[in-house]
Amino acid sequence: MSWAIENYDLLAVALGEHIVLVATALVLSLVIAFPLGIWTARRPALYVATMTVTGVLYTIPALALFALLLPFMGLGKAPAITALVLYSLLILVRNIAIGIREVPAELIEAADGMGYGKSRRLVRIELPLALPVIVAGIRITVVTQIAVATVAAYINAGGLGDIIFQGITQDFGAKIAAGAVLTSLLAIAADESLKLVERRLRAATSERL
Amino acid sequence: MLGDILAWLADHPGAFETAASRHLALSITALIAAMALALPLALVLVRWHHAAGSVIAAVNVLRTIPSLALLAAILPLLGTGFLPSVIALTLYGLPAILINTHTALREVDPDVVEAGLGQGMTPRQVMRRIRIPLGLPVIFAGIRTAAVQIVSAATLAAFIGGGGLGELITAGMGTLNIAELVLGGLAVAALAMATELFFAGLEWSVRRSTGLAA
Repeated sequence: MSWAIENYDLLAVALGEHIVLVATALVLSLVIAFPLGIWTARRPALYVATMTVTGVLYTIPALALFALLLPFMGLGKAPAITALVLYSLLILVRNIAIGIREVPAELIEAADGMGYGKSRRLVRIELPLALPVIVAGIRITVVTQIAVATVAAYINAGGLGDIIFQGITQDFGAKIAAGAVLTSLLAIAADESLKLVERRLRAATSERL
Repeated sequence: MLGDILAWLADHPGAFETAASRHLALSITALIAAMALALPLALVLVRWHHAAGSVIAAVNVLRTIPSLALLAAILPLLGTGFLPSVIALTLYGLPAILINTHTALREVDPDVVEAGLGQGMTPRQVMRRIRIPLGLPVIFAGIRTAAVQIVSAATLAAFIGGGGLGELITAGMGTLNIAELVLGGLAVAALAMATELFFAGLEWSVRRSTGLAA
C-alpha cells in the first residue's frame, strides 16, 4: 500500500496510458462497427458472414492475437490498438444490427408514411431507439478492451499491465497488487457507469415509445 | 514462415506436446473445479434468496476483473506453478457458471413449478424434476462460456509459471524466435476455436435431448 502511495505518479501515468489505449480503440471500433452494423442490419446473409469473421477474431485469445500480429506489425501501440479493435467488432456490430432490427415495424411504417427518407429515418428514429442495446454492447466492449489492453503491455504498449509485468519480473508483490487492483477498479468503474447510461437510455426510449 | 515453424518443431521434439497437454490439464482441472464449486452454490442460492443478492453482486464484480489481473494477483499470495494457476483460472470461470445456473433455475416458468407443488412435490423434488431439467440448456451455456474463457485465460498462465501454450509465445518473445512465437499463437487460436466448437456441439445436443432446440 505504501509503495502505491509513494509512486502514485507512476500509477497515474500507467492509468492514463491505459485509458488512452482503450479510448482510441473504442473510437476506431465504433467508426468501423457503425457502418457495418447498419449495413448488415437488414441483410441476413451479410450479417451471418460478418458475424462469422468477427466471431473467429473474438475467439482468439489476446496474447495469441498479439503473437500473430507481431510479424506484420511488430511491437508497440499499433498492434495493440489493432487487436483491441478486431476484438470489439463482433459485439459492436452485433448489437448495432440487433438494435436497429428491433425497432418496431409500425414505427418504420409510420416514418415512411410521414415521408422520411432512409437516412433521415436512420438518424432520427432507428439509431436513437437502438441506443440502449448499442450502449450495452459498448459496455461489454469497454470491459473486454480494458482486459486485453492489460495484456498489451507485454508488447510494449504501456498501460497498467506494465506495472503488473514489472512486478512479476521483479518479484515485487506490491507492484503486482497495485497494478491488478487499479485495472480491476478501472474495469468495474467503466462497467458501472455504462450500466447507468444504459439504464437511463432504456427508460428514455420506453417513455418515447 | 511455415518452414521455420516445422523446423522448430523438429528441433524441439516434445516441447509442443508438453505445452499443449499442460494447457489442457490446466483448463480441464479449472473447469471441473469451477463446476464443482458453482453448481452446488447456485442450488443453495436458489433456496436462500436473501443471500443470493449480495453473492451474485460479488460474483458480478469478480466477472469484471481482467484475467491477467486475476492471475497476477494470485502470485504474491500463492506463488508460481500449476496449482496457483488452476486456482486463478477456477475463479475466472466460476462467475459464468454460477450466474447462468442461478438464473436458469430461478427463472423456470412459475406455472410449472406451481403445478409441481400442487401435485405434492417437495421443494427438493421440484428442483430435481422440474427446475434442473428445464434449466439445463442455460446451465450448459454457462459451462460453455466458462470453458472458452478458461482455455483463453490459460494462455496467460505462462506468466506465473503455470506452463501451457502461452509459454511458447513468451519463450518466442524472449529469444526473439518468431517461428516459436507464431506457432504458439496459432496453437492457442486453434485450441480456443476447437473448444468453442466442441462445446457448441455439446450444447446443441443438450438442447435437442431436452426438447428445447432453438
